[in-house]
Amino acid sequence: MIAHGIVHQYGDNVDTDVIIPARYLNTANHAELAAHCMEDIDKEFITRVKMGDIMVGGANFGCGSSREHAPIAIKEAGISVVIAKTFARIFYRNAINIGLAILECEEASERISAGDEVSVDFDTGLISNHTKQETYQAQPFPPFIQEIITKGGLLKSISEE
Amino acid sequence: MGMTMTQKILAAHAGLESVVAGQLIKAKLDMVLGNDITSPVAINEFEKIGFKNVFDKEKISLVMDHFVPNKDIKAAQQTKQCRCFANAHDIKHYYDVGDMGIEHALLPEKGLVGPGDVVIGADSHTCTYGALGAFSTGVGSTDMAAGMATGEAWFKVPSAIKFNLEGRLQEGCSGKDVILHLIGKIGVDGALYKSMEFTGEGMHSLTMDDRLCMANMAIEAGAKNGIFEVDEITLDYYKERMTHPYTVFTADEDAEYDEVITIDLSEIVPTVACPHLPENTKNASELSEVKIDQCVIGSCTNGRISDMEIAAKILDGKHVAKGVRCIIIPATQEIYMECMKRGYTEIFIKAGCVVSTPTCGPCLGGYMGILAEDEVAIATTNRNFVGRMGHVTSKIYLASPATAAASAVKGYICDPKTV
Repeated sequence: MIAHGIVHQYGDNVDTDVIIPARYLNTANHAELAAHCMEDIDKEFITRVKMGDIMVGGANFGCGSSREHAPIAIKEAGISVVIAKTFARIFYRNAINIGLAILECEEASERISAGDEVSVDFDTGLISNHTKQETYQAQPFPPFIQEIITKGGLLKSISEE
Repeated sequence: MGMTMTQKILAAHAGLESVVAGQLIKAKLDMVLGNDITSPVAINEFEKIGFKNVFDKEKISLVMDHFVPNKDIKAAQQTKQCRCFANAHDIKHYYDVGDMGIEHALLPEKGLVGPGDVVIGADSHTCTYGALGAFSTGVGSTDMAAGMATGEAWFKVPSAIKFNLEGRLQEGCSGKDVILHLIGKIGVDGALYKSMEFTGEGMHSLTMDDRLCMANMAIEAGAKNGIFEVDEITLDYYKERMTHPYTVFTADEDAEYDEVITIDLSEIVPTVACPHLPENTKNASELSEVKIDQCVIGSCTNGRISDMEIAAKILDGKHVAKGVRCIIIPATQEIYMECMKRGYTEIFIKAGCVVSTPTCGPCLGGYMGILAEDEVAIATTNRNFVGRMGHVTSKIYLASPATAAASAVKGYICDPKTV
Protein backbone atom coordinates (compact mmCIF):
# COMPACT_ATOMS: atom_id res chain seq x y z
CA MET A 1 0.00 0.00 0.00
CA ILE A 2 1.21 3.49 -0.81
CA ALA A 3 0.16 6.82 0.70
CA HIS A 4 0.72 10.00 -1.27
CA GLY A 5 -0.08 13.57 -0.26
CA ILE A 6 0.91 17.03 0.88
CA VAL A 7 2.55 17.47 4.28
CA HIS A 8 1.05 19.30 7.26
CA GLN A 9 3.89 19.85 9.71
CA TYR A 10 4.02 20.41 13.47
CA GLY A 11 6.77 20.49 16.10
CA ASP A 12 7.69 18.47 19.18
CA ASN A 13 5.24 17.36 21.90
CA VAL A 14 2.03 17.77 19.90
CA ASP A 15 -0.43 16.79 22.64
CA THR A 16 -3.84 15.19 22.29
CA ASP A 17 -5.48 18.29 23.80
CA VAL A 18 -4.50 20.28 20.72
CA ILE A 19 -5.24 17.40 18.34
CA ILE A 20 -8.81 17.36 19.68
CA PRO A 21 -9.67 19.76 22.53
CA ALA A 22 -11.61 18.21 25.43
CA ARG A 23 -14.49 20.64 24.95
CA TYR A 24 -15.46 18.50 21.93
CA LEU A 25 -15.24 15.16 23.75
CA ASN A 26 -18.94 15.16 24.55
CA THR A 27 -19.36 13.15 21.37
CA ALA A 28 -17.85 10.00 19.88
CA ASN A 29 -19.04 10.93 16.37
CA HIS A 30 -16.04 10.68 14.04
CA ALA A 31 -17.05 13.46 11.63
CA GLU A 32 -17.79 15.90 14.47
CA LEU A 33 -14.40 15.17 16.03
CA ALA A 34 -12.59 15.62 12.70
CA ALA A 35 -14.22 19.03 12.20
CA HIS A 36 -12.20 20.35 15.18
CA CYS A 37 -8.94 18.49 14.57
CA MET A 38 -5.83 20.61 15.37
CA GLU A 39 -7.91 23.80 15.70
CA ASP A 40 -6.11 25.16 18.77
CA ILE A 41 -2.71 25.22 17.04
CA ASP A 42 -3.73 25.38 13.37
CA LYS A 43 -7.17 26.84 12.72
CA GLU A 44 -6.85 26.42 8.93
CA PHE A 45 -5.85 22.74 9.03
CA ILE A 46 -9.32 21.38 8.56
CA THR A 47 -10.08 23.59 5.55
CA ARG A 48 -6.64 22.97 4.01
CA VAL A 49 -6.37 19.20 4.44
CA LYS A 50 -7.13 16.94 1.49
CA MET A 51 -7.90 13.23 1.53
CA GLY A 52 -4.63 11.27 1.65
CA ASP A 53 -2.48 14.12 3.03
CA ILE A 54 0.36 13.36 5.42
CA MET A 55 1.02 14.73 8.92
CA VAL A 56 4.59 15.13 10.17
CA GLY A 57 5.53 15.82 13.79
CA GLY A 58 8.67 15.97 15.92
CA ALA A 59 9.37 14.08 19.13
CA ASN A 60 6.71 12.67 21.51
CA PHE A 61 3.81 13.14 19.06
CA GLY A 62 0.43 12.55 20.70
CA CYS A 63 1.52 13.02 24.31
CA GLY A 64 -0.97 13.61 27.10
CA SER A 65 -4.48 12.24 27.36
CA SER A 66 -5.32 8.70 26.26
CA ARG A 67 -8.28 9.91 24.23
CA GLU A 68 -8.66 7.68 21.17
CA HIS A 69 -10.65 10.59 19.78
CA ALA A 70 -7.24 12.07 18.76
CA PRO A 71 -6.14 9.45 16.19
CA ILE A 72 -9.80 9.08 15.16
CA ALA A 73 -10.01 12.83 14.41
CA ILE A 74 -6.76 12.76 12.41
CA LYS A 75 -7.82 9.69 10.42
CA GLU A 76 -11.32 11.01 9.77
CA ALA A 77 -9.89 14.37 8.63
CA GLY A 78 -8.30 12.49 5.73
CA ILE A 79 -4.70 12.03 6.90
CA SER A 80 -3.26 8.81 5.47
CA VAL A 81 -0.17 8.52 7.68
CA VAL A 82 1.52 10.36 10.56
CA ILE A 83 5.32 10.44 10.52
CA ALA A 84 7.18 11.54 13.66
CA LYS A 85 10.54 11.29 15.36
CA THR A 86 8.86 9.47 18.27
CA PHE A 87 5.29 8.88 19.39
CA ALA A 88 3.88 9.01 22.91
CA ARG A 89 3.10 5.41 23.82
CA ILE A 90 -0.69 5.56 24.29
CA PHE A 91 -1.12 7.43 20.99
CA TYR A 92 1.09 4.80 19.32
CA ARG A 93 -1.12 1.96 20.62
CA ASN A 94 -4.33 3.78 19.77
CA ALA A 95 -3.25 4.54 16.21
CA ILE A 96 -2.40 0.89 15.56
CA ASN A 97 -5.59 -0.29 17.24
CA ILE A 98 -7.85 1.91 15.11
CA GLY A 99 -5.90 1.53 11.86
CA LEU A 100 -4.29 4.96 11.53
CA ALA A 101 -0.91 4.41 9.88
CA ILE A 102 2.06 5.83 11.78
CA LEU A 103 5.80 5.70 11.15
CA GLU A 104 8.76 6.60 13.34
CA CYS A 105 11.54 8.18 11.29
CA GLU A 106 13.89 10.78 12.73
CA GLU A 107 15.41 11.76 9.39
CA ALA A 108 12.03 12.26 7.72
CA SER A 109 10.79 14.28 10.69
CA GLU A 110 13.81 16.57 10.45
CA ARG A 111 14.10 16.89 6.65
CA ILE A 112 10.47 17.19 5.53
CA SER A 113 8.90 20.67 5.39
CA ALA A 114 5.29 21.80 5.40
CA GLY A 115 3.81 21.63 1.90
CA ASP A 116 6.25 18.98 0.61
CA GLU A 117 4.77 16.28 -1.60
CA VAL A 118 5.57 12.95 0.00
CA SER A 119 4.74 9.31 -0.58
CA VAL A 120 5.11 6.35 1.76
CA ASP A 121 5.45 2.67 0.86
CA PHE A 122 4.08 0.76 3.84
CA ASP A 123 5.52 -2.56 2.74
CA THR A 124 9.09 -1.31 2.80
CA GLY A 125 8.80 1.69 5.15
CA LEU A 126 10.41 3.87 2.45
CA ILE A 127 9.39 7.54 2.57
CA SER A 128 9.94 9.55 -0.65
CA ASN A 129 10.03 13.34 -0.63
CA HIS A 130 9.20 14.33 -4.22
CA THR A 131 9.64 18.05 -3.54
CA LYS A 132 13.17 17.68 -2.14
CA GLN A 133 14.06 14.58 -4.21
CA GLU A 134 15.06 12.64 -1.09
CA THR A 135 14.19 9.30 0.48
CA TYR A 136 14.16 8.23 4.14
CA GLN A 137 13.87 4.76 5.68
CA ALA A 138 11.38 4.31 8.55
CA GLN A 139 11.59 1.65 11.25
CA PRO A 140 9.45 -1.34 10.28
CA PHE A 141 6.79 -2.58 12.75
CA PRO A 142 7.48 -5.79 14.66
CA PRO A 143 5.56 -8.74 13.10
CA PHE A 144 3.07 -8.90 16.01
CA ILE A 145 1.95 -5.33 15.37
CA GLN A 146 2.07 -5.79 11.60
CA GLU A 147 -0.45 -8.61 12.09
CA ILE A 148 -2.88 -6.36 14.00
CA ILE A 149 -2.63 -3.79 11.20
CA THR A 150 -3.09 -6.39 8.46
CA LYS A 151 -6.18 -7.80 10.16
CA GLY A 152 -7.76 -4.35 10.31
CA GLY A 153 -7.23 -3.37 13.94
CA LEU A 154 -7.05 -4.95 17.37
CA LEU A 155 -10.69 -5.98 17.79
CA LYS A 156 -10.89 -7.65 14.40
CA SER A 157 -7.70 -9.56 15.10
CA ILE A 158 -9.07 -10.70 18.50
CA SER A 159 -12.48 -11.68 17.14
CA GLU A 160 -10.74 -13.84 14.50
CA GLU A 161 -9.00 -15.71 17.31
CA MET B 1 19.26 -11.60 34.30
CA GLY B 2 17.17 -10.01 37.06
CA MET B 3 13.83 -8.32 36.54
CA THR B 4 12.42 -4.97 37.65
CA MET B 5 9.21 -4.74 39.74
CA THR B 6 7.19 -4.09 36.60
CA GLN B 7 8.78 -6.95 34.68
CA LYS B 8 8.05 -9.39 37.52
CA ILE B 9 4.37 -8.40 37.68
CA LEU B 10 4.04 -8.69 33.90
CA ALA B 11 5.79 -12.08 33.80
CA ALA B 12 3.46 -13.45 36.50
CA HIS B 13 0.39 -12.21 34.61
CA ALA B 14 1.65 -13.62 31.31
CA GLY B 15 2.28 -17.05 32.87
CA LEU B 16 6.01 -16.78 32.14
CA GLU B 17 9.04 -17.52 34.33
CA SER B 18 10.73 -14.36 33.17
CA VAL B 19 10.47 -11.56 30.63
CA VAL B 20 12.98 -9.11 29.17
CA ALA B 21 12.59 -5.50 28.05
CA GLY B 22 11.21 -5.27 24.53
CA GLN B 23 9.43 -8.64 24.67
CA LEU B 24 5.81 -8.64 23.46
CA ILE B 25 3.48 -10.44 25.84
CA LYS B 26 -0.19 -10.98 26.54
CA ALA B 27 -1.06 -10.40 30.20
CA LYS B 28 -4.15 -11.21 32.25
CA LEU B 29 -5.93 -8.16 33.65
CA ASP B 30 -7.13 -7.65 37.21
CA MET B 31 -9.08 -4.49 36.40
CA VAL B 32 -10.25 -2.66 33.28
CA LEU B 33 -11.28 0.98 33.77
CA GLY B 34 -13.14 3.53 31.69
CA ASN B 35 -14.80 6.91 32.20
CA ASP B 36 -17.71 8.81 30.66
CA ILE B 37 -15.56 10.09 27.76
CA THR B 38 -13.55 7.02 26.81
CA SER B 39 -16.11 4.29 27.59
CA PRO B 40 -18.65 5.31 24.92
CA VAL B 41 -15.99 4.83 22.21
CA ALA B 42 -15.10 1.45 23.76
CA ILE B 43 -18.74 0.38 24.04
CA ASN B 44 -19.37 1.31 20.38
CA GLU B 45 -16.41 -0.84 19.31
CA PHE B 46 -17.35 -3.69 21.69
CA GLU B 47 -20.85 -3.84 20.22
CA LYS B 48 -19.82 -3.23 16.62
CA ILE B 49 -17.49 -6.22 16.62
CA GLY B 50 -20.27 -8.36 18.13
CA PHE B 51 -18.92 -9.26 21.58
CA LYS B 52 -21.81 -10.51 23.69
CA ASN B 53 -20.30 -10.75 27.19
CA VAL B 54 -17.69 -9.07 29.35
CA PHE B 55 -14.92 -11.31 30.71
CA ASP B 56 -15.70 -10.61 34.38
CA LYS B 57 -18.36 -8.19 35.62
CA GLU B 58 -16.40 -7.68 38.86
CA LYS B 59 -13.16 -6.68 37.13
CA ILE B 60 -14.49 -3.71 35.17
CA SER B 61 -14.88 -0.22 36.63
CA LEU B 62 -16.89 2.45 34.85
CA VAL B 63 -16.56 5.82 36.56
CA MET B 64 -18.60 8.79 35.38
CA ASP B 65 -16.34 11.68 36.33
CA HIS B 66 -15.14 13.86 33.46
CA PHE B 67 -18.27 15.76 32.45
CA VAL B 68 -20.45 14.53 35.34
CA PRO B 69 -22.83 15.81 36.73
CA ASN B 70 -23.65 16.10 33.03
CA LYS B 71 -22.46 19.40 31.62
CA ASP B 72 -24.71 19.37 28.54
CA ILE B 73 -27.05 17.19 26.51
CA LYS B 74 -24.31 15.44 24.58
CA ALA B 75 -22.46 14.60 27.80
CA ALA B 76 -25.74 13.32 29.25
CA GLN B 77 -26.16 11.02 26.23
CA GLN B 78 -22.66 9.61 26.75
CA THR B 79 -23.27 8.92 30.44
CA LYS B 80 -26.60 7.33 29.58
CA GLN B 81 -24.86 5.01 27.13
CA CYS B 82 -22.40 3.92 29.86
CA ARG B 83 -25.23 3.46 32.38
CA CYS B 84 -27.19 1.25 29.96
CA PHE B 85 -24.10 -0.83 29.18
CA ALA B 86 -23.34 -1.23 32.91
CA ASN B 87 -26.91 -2.34 33.58
CA ALA B 88 -27.02 -4.71 30.62
CA HIS B 89 -23.78 -6.43 31.66
CA ASP B 90 -24.39 -6.15 35.41
CA ILE B 91 -21.06 -4.31 35.90
CA LYS B 92 -20.43 -4.32 39.64
CA HIS B 93 -18.21 -1.25 39.86
CA TYR B 94 -20.26 1.35 38.03
CA TYR B 95 -20.09 4.77 39.73
CA ASP B 96 -22.49 7.55 38.83
CA VAL B 97 -23.68 10.79 40.46
CA GLY B 98 -24.08 10.19 44.18
CA ASP B 99 -21.31 7.66 44.64
CA MET B 100 -18.84 8.58 41.95
CA GLY B 101 -15.53 10.33 42.50
CA ILE B 102 -12.58 11.14 40.27
CA GLU B 103 -11.59 7.68 39.06
CA HIS B 104 -7.94 7.62 40.21
CA ALA B 105 -8.86 8.80 43.69
CA LEU B 106 -11.89 6.49 43.83
CA LEU B 107 -10.42 3.11 42.83
CA PRO B 108 -7.64 3.09 45.48
CA GLU B 109 -10.11 4.39 48.10
CA LYS B 110 -12.53 1.56 47.33
CA GLY B 111 -9.72 -1.02 47.45
CA LEU B 112 -10.36 -2.09 43.85
CA VAL B 113 -6.68 -2.00 42.91
CA GLY B 114 -3.77 -3.29 44.95
CA PRO B 115 -0.18 -4.54 45.05
CA GLY B 116 0.82 -6.84 42.21
CA ASP B 117 -2.27 -6.17 40.08
CA VAL B 118 -2.21 -5.52 36.34
CA VAL B 119 -4.61 -2.70 35.54
CA ILE B 120 -5.45 -0.95 32.27
CA GLY B 121 -7.62 2.11 32.06
CA ALA B 122 -8.86 4.21 29.17
CA ASP B 123 -7.47 7.28 30.87
CA SER B 124 -3.83 8.28 30.75
CA HIS B 125 -3.59 8.85 34.51
CA THR B 126 -4.36 5.18 35.21
CA CYS B 127 -0.64 5.00 36.06
CA THR B 128 -1.68 6.37 39.51
CA TYR B 129 -2.12 2.86 41.00
CA GLY B 130 1.60 2.22 40.73
CA ALA B 131 1.67 3.98 44.10
CA LEU B 132 0.17 0.77 45.51
CA GLY B 133 2.72 -1.47 43.80
CA ALA B 134 0.48 -2.37 40.85
CA PHE B 135 1.44 -2.37 37.17
CA SER B 136 -1.09 0.11 35.93
CA THR B 137 -1.15 1.95 32.63
CA GLY B 138 -3.30 4.15 30.43
CA VAL B 139 -4.61 2.81 27.14
CA GLY B 140 -7.20 3.87 24.58
CA SER B 141 -10.80 2.89 24.14
CA THR B 142 -10.12 0.01 21.73
CA ASP B 143 -7.72 -1.59 24.23
CA MET B 144 -10.41 -1.09 26.86
CA ALA B 145 -12.99 -2.80 24.64
CA ALA B 146 -10.63 -5.71 24.02
CA GLY B 147 -9.83 -5.89 27.74
CA MET B 148 -13.53 -5.97 28.67
CA ALA B 149 -14.12 -8.79 26.20
CA THR B 150 -11.07 -10.98 26.81
CA GLY B 151 -9.56 -9.97 30.17
CA GLU B 152 -6.20 -9.64 28.43
CA ALA B 153 -4.02 -6.98 26.87
CA TRP B 154 -0.79 -7.00 24.87
CA PHE B 155 2.23 -5.17 26.22
CA LYS B 156 5.76 -4.52 25.15
CA VAL B 157 7.73 -5.19 28.35
CA PRO B 158 9.29 -1.86 29.35
CA SER B 159 12.79 -1.12 30.53
CA ALA B 160 13.01 1.11 33.58
CA ILE B 161 14.55 4.15 35.18
CA LYS B 162 15.17 3.67 38.90
CA PHE B 163 14.59 6.66 41.14
CA ASN B 164 16.47 6.24 44.36
CA LEU B 165 14.82 8.54 46.91
CA GLU B 166 16.86 9.76 49.87
CA GLY B 167 16.19 12.15 52.75
CA ARG B 168 12.91 13.72 53.82
CA LEU B 169 10.77 16.49 52.37
CA GLN B 170 10.95 19.93 53.94
CA GLU B 171 7.80 21.31 55.50
CA GLY B 172 5.56 22.88 52.86
CA CYS B 173 6.67 20.42 50.17
CA SER B 174 4.79 17.37 48.94
CA GLY B 175 4.82 14.64 46.33
CA LYS B 176 3.68 17.18 43.73
CA ASP B 177 6.86 19.20 44.15
CA VAL B 178 8.93 16.02 43.77
CA ILE B 179 7.24 14.85 40.58
CA LEU B 180 7.28 18.33 39.00
CA HIS B 181 10.98 18.56 39.87
CA LEU B 182 11.60 15.14 38.27
CA ILE B 183 9.70 15.98 35.09
CA GLY B 184 11.64 19.24 34.89
CA LYS B 185 14.83 17.21 35.17
CA ILE B 186 14.13 14.45 32.63
CA GLY B 187 11.58 16.17 30.34
CA VAL B 188 8.11 15.26 29.06
CA ASP B 189 9.55 12.37 27.06
CA GLY B 190 12.34 11.56 29.51
CA ALA B 191 10.81 8.19 30.40
CA LEU B 192 9.12 7.47 27.05
CA TYR B 193 7.90 3.82 26.87
CA LYS B 194 9.65 3.10 30.22
CA SER B 195 8.77 2.35 33.83
CA MET B 196 9.64 4.85 36.51
CA GLU B 197 10.44 2.72 39.57
CA PHE B 198 10.58 4.54 42.90
CA THR B 199 12.59 3.07 45.72
CA GLY B 200 15.17 4.02 48.36
CA GLU B 201 15.06 4.90 52.06
CA GLY B 202 13.46 8.27 51.37
CA MET B 203 10.29 6.75 49.95
CA HIS B 204 9.24 5.51 53.38
CA SER B 205 8.77 9.13 54.48
CA LEU B 206 6.30 9.78 51.66
CA THR B 207 2.61 9.36 52.49
CA MET B 208 0.31 7.31 50.27
CA ASP B 209 -1.22 10.57 48.98
CA ASP B 210 2.27 11.80 48.01
CA ARG B 211 2.92 8.54 46.17
CA LEU B 212 -0.45 8.52 44.39
CA CYS B 213 0.28 12.06 43.18
CA MET B 214 3.76 11.13 41.93
CA ALA B 215 2.71 7.92 40.17
CA ASN B 216 -0.22 9.84 38.66
CA MET B 217 2.13 12.16 36.78
CA ALA B 218 4.51 9.47 35.48
CA ILE B 219 2.65 9.81 32.16
CA GLU B 220 3.73 13.48 32.04
CA ALA B 221 7.30 12.20 31.61
CA GLY B 222 6.05 9.87 28.85
CA ALA B 223 6.33 6.79 31.09
CA LYS B 224 4.37 3.60 30.58
CA ASN B 225 3.96 3.31 34.34
CA GLY B 226 5.24 4.66 37.62
CA ILE B 227 5.58 2.19 40.46
CA PHE B 228 6.59 2.34 44.12
CA GLU B 229 8.12 -0.49 46.07
CA VAL B 230 5.58 -1.93 48.52
CA ASP B 231 6.26 -1.08 52.19
CA GLU B 232 4.34 -0.89 55.49
CA ILE B 233 2.59 2.31 54.37
CA THR B 234 1.27 0.53 51.27
CA LEU B 235 0.06 -2.48 53.19
CA ASP B 236 -1.59 -0.37 55.91
CA TYR B 237 -3.40 1.65 53.24
CA TYR B 238 -4.49 -1.37 51.27
CA LYS B 239 -5.51 -3.59 54.20
CA GLU B 240 -8.05 -1.04 55.37
CA ARG B 241 -9.78 -1.15 52.01
CA MET B 242 -8.86 -4.40 50.28
CA THR B 243 -11.42 -6.29 48.26
CA HIS B 244 -9.12 -9.03 46.93
CA PRO B 245 -5.83 -10.76 47.85
CA TYR B 246 -2.58 -9.16 46.82
CA THR B 247 0.97 -10.18 45.91
CA VAL B 248 4.07 -8.16 46.67
CA PHE B 249 6.70 -8.08 43.93
CA THR B 250 10.15 -6.65 44.52
CA ALA B 251 12.83 -5.94 41.97
CA ASP B 252 15.68 -8.45 41.75
CA GLU B 253 19.03 -7.35 43.15
CA ASP B 254 20.54 -7.68 39.69
CA ALA B 255 17.65 -6.03 37.81
CA GLU B 256 18.86 -3.92 34.90
CA TYR B 257 17.96 -0.25 34.66
CA ASP B 258 18.51 2.17 31.78
CA GLU B 259 19.45 4.76 34.34
CA VAL B 260 19.52 5.26 38.13
CA ILE B 261 18.65 8.75 39.34
CA THR B 262 19.13 9.68 42.99
CA ILE B 263 16.88 12.36 44.43
CA ASP B 264 17.52 13.96 47.81
CA LEU B 265 14.00 14.85 48.99
CA SER B 266 15.37 17.41 51.45
CA GLU B 267 16.63 19.50 48.53
CA ILE B 268 13.19 19.76 46.86
CA VAL B 269 11.60 23.22 47.07
CA PRO B 270 8.07 24.31 46.11
CA THR B 271 8.07 23.79 42.34
CA VAL B 272 5.81 25.14 39.60
CA ALA B 273 5.49 24.03 35.96
CA CYS B 274 5.06 27.06 33.70
CA PRO B 275 3.05 27.12 30.43
CA HIS B 276 2.77 25.13 28.22
CA LEU B 277 4.55 21.93 29.27
CA PRO B 278 4.91 20.13 32.61
CA GLU B 279 8.71 20.15 32.09
CA ASN B 280 8.96 23.97 32.23
CA THR B 281 9.64 24.01 35.94
CA LYS B 282 10.78 26.86 38.16
CA ASN B 283 10.90 27.43 41.89
CA ALA B 284 7.65 29.00 43.12
CA SER B 285 9.68 31.78 44.74
CA GLU B 286 10.96 32.90 41.32
CA LEU B 287 7.48 33.54 39.91
CA SER B 288 6.17 36.38 42.06
CA GLU B 289 5.56 38.53 38.98
CA VAL B 290 2.86 36.10 37.80
CA LYS B 291 -0.58 37.40 38.81
CA ILE B 292 -3.39 34.84 38.80
CA ASP B 293 -7.08 35.02 37.90
CA GLN B 294 -8.06 31.54 39.02
CA CYS B 295 -6.90 28.82 41.37
CA VAL B 296 -8.05 25.20 41.06
CA ILE B 297 -7.35 22.76 43.88
CA GLY B 298 -8.46 19.24 43.05
CA SER B 299 -8.15 16.58 40.28
CA CYS B 300 -6.89 12.99 40.21
CA THR B 301 -3.47 14.41 41.01
CA ASN B 302 -4.28 16.49 44.10
CA GLY B 303 -7.90 16.13 45.22
CA ARG B 304 -7.20 13.84 48.21
CA ILE B 305 -7.75 14.54 51.89
CA SER B 306 -4.15 15.58 52.63
CA ASP B 307 -4.40 18.06 49.74
CA MET B 308 -7.58 19.50 51.26
CA GLU B 309 -5.89 19.56 54.67
CA ILE B 310 -2.92 21.66 53.58
CA ALA B 311 -5.17 24.01 51.59
CA ALA B 312 -7.43 24.45 54.64
CA LYS B 313 -4.44 25.09 56.89
CA ILE B 314 -3.27 27.89 54.60
CA LEU B 315 -6.72 29.38 53.91
CA ASP B 316 -7.92 29.24 57.54
CA GLY B 317 -8.89 32.73 58.67
CA LYS B 318 -7.68 34.28 55.41
CA HIS B 319 -9.43 35.35 52.22
CA VAL B 320 -8.47 34.81 48.60
CA ALA B 321 -7.10 37.96 46.96
CA LYS B 322 -9.53 40.31 45.26
CA GLY B 323 -10.10 39.24 41.67
CA VAL B 324 -9.05 35.61 42.22
CA ARG B 325 -11.59 32.84 41.72
CA CYS B 326 -10.69 29.79 43.80
CA ILE B 327 -12.35 26.47 42.97
CA ILE B 328 -11.84 23.55 45.34
CA ILE B 329 -12.88 20.05 44.29
CA PRO B 330 -12.57 17.18 46.77
CA ALA B 331 -12.03 14.15 44.54
CA THR B 332 -14.53 11.70 46.04
CA GLN B 333 -17.68 11.70 48.16
CA GLU B 334 -15.67 10.23 51.06
CA ILE B 335 -13.13 13.07 50.85
CA TYR B 336 -15.98 15.59 50.52
CA MET B 337 -17.61 14.24 53.72
CA GLU B 338 -14.30 14.27 55.54
CA CYS B 339 -13.81 17.94 54.53
CA MET B 340 -17.16 18.73 56.11
CA LYS B 341 -16.45 16.75 59.27
CA ARG B 342 -13.08 18.42 59.77
CA GLY B 343 -14.47 21.89 59.08
CA TYR B 344 -12.45 22.43 55.89
CA THR B 345 -15.54 23.20 53.82
CA GLU B 346 -16.43 26.08 56.10
CA ILE B 347 -12.85 27.38 56.03
CA PHE B 348 -12.88 27.29 52.22
CA ILE B 349 -16.23 29.04 51.88
CA LYS B 350 -15.34 31.71 54.45
CA ALA B 351 -12.10 32.29 52.51
CA GLY B 352 -14.15 33.06 49.40
CA CYS B 353 -13.63 29.74 47.59
CA VAL B 354 -16.29 27.58 45.95
CA VAL B 355 -16.42 23.89 46.84
CA SER B 356 -17.65 21.56 44.10
CA THR B 357 -18.95 18.03 43.95
CA PRO B 358 -16.30 15.64 42.54
CA THR B 359 -15.57 16.13 38.82
CA CYS B 360 -12.58 16.33 36.47
CA GLY B 361 -14.36 19.40 35.01
CA PRO B 362 -11.86 22.27 34.81
CA CYS B 363 -8.67 20.18 34.63
CA LEU B 364 -9.35 19.32 30.98
CA GLY B 365 -11.30 22.45 30.10
CA GLY B 366 -14.60 20.62 30.31
CA TYR B 367 -16.59 22.92 32.59
CA MET B 368 -16.68 24.29 36.19
CA GLY B 369 -13.96 26.87 35.68
CA ILE B 370 -13.05 27.56 32.06
CA LEU B 371 -10.48 30.29 31.42
CA ALA B 372 -11.11 33.32 29.18
CA GLU B 373 -8.64 34.88 26.74
CA ASP B 374 -5.24 35.65 28.36
CA GLU B 375 -6.37 34.54 31.83
CA VAL B 376 -3.88 32.87 34.16
CA ALA B 377 -4.56 29.96 36.49
CA ILE B 378 -2.57 28.17 39.12
CA ALA B 379 -3.81 24.60 39.37
CA THR B 380 -2.98 21.43 41.25
CA THR B 381 -3.89 19.49 38.10
CA ASN B 382 -1.48 17.65 35.82
CA ARG B 383 -1.32 19.33 32.39
CA ASN B 384 -0.71 22.88 31.23
CA PHE B 385 -0.92 22.36 27.47
CA VAL B 386 -2.20 25.09 25.12
CA GLY B 387 -5.95 25.50 25.65
CA ARG B 388 -6.13 22.72 28.25
CA MET B 389 -8.31 24.72 30.66
CA GLY B 390 -10.04 27.04 28.23
CA HIS B 391 -9.06 29.74 25.71
CA VAL B 392 -5.93 29.02 23.66
CA THR B 393 -4.23 32.16 24.99
CA SER B 394 -4.93 31.31 28.65
CA LYS B 395 -2.06 30.06 30.78
CA ILE B 396 -1.81 27.34 33.42
CA TYR B 397 0.84 27.02 36.12
CA LEU B 398 0.92 23.59 37.78
CA ALA B 399 1.70 23.46 41.48
CA SER B 400 1.11 21.71 44.79
CA PRO B 401 -2.03 22.42 46.86
CA ALA B 402 0.11 24.40 49.33
CA THR B 403 1.57 26.64 46.61
CA ALA B 404 -1.83 27.02 44.90
CA ALA B 405 -3.67 27.95 48.11
CA ALA B 406 -0.95 30.39 49.17
CA SER B 407 -0.95 31.98 45.70
CA ALA B 408 -4.75 32.34 45.83
CA VAL B 409 -4.37 34.34 49.05
CA LYS B 410 -1.65 36.59 47.64
CA GLY B 411 -3.08 36.93 44.14
CA TYR B 412 0.25 36.01 42.57
CA ILE B 413 2.43 32.89 42.58
CA CYS B 414 4.40 32.50 45.79
CA ASP B 415 6.26 30.05 47.97
CA PRO B 416 3.73 28.70 50.53
CA LYS B 417 6.15 29.52 53.36
CA THR B 418 5.53 33.22 52.74
CA VAL B 419 1.83 33.04 53.66
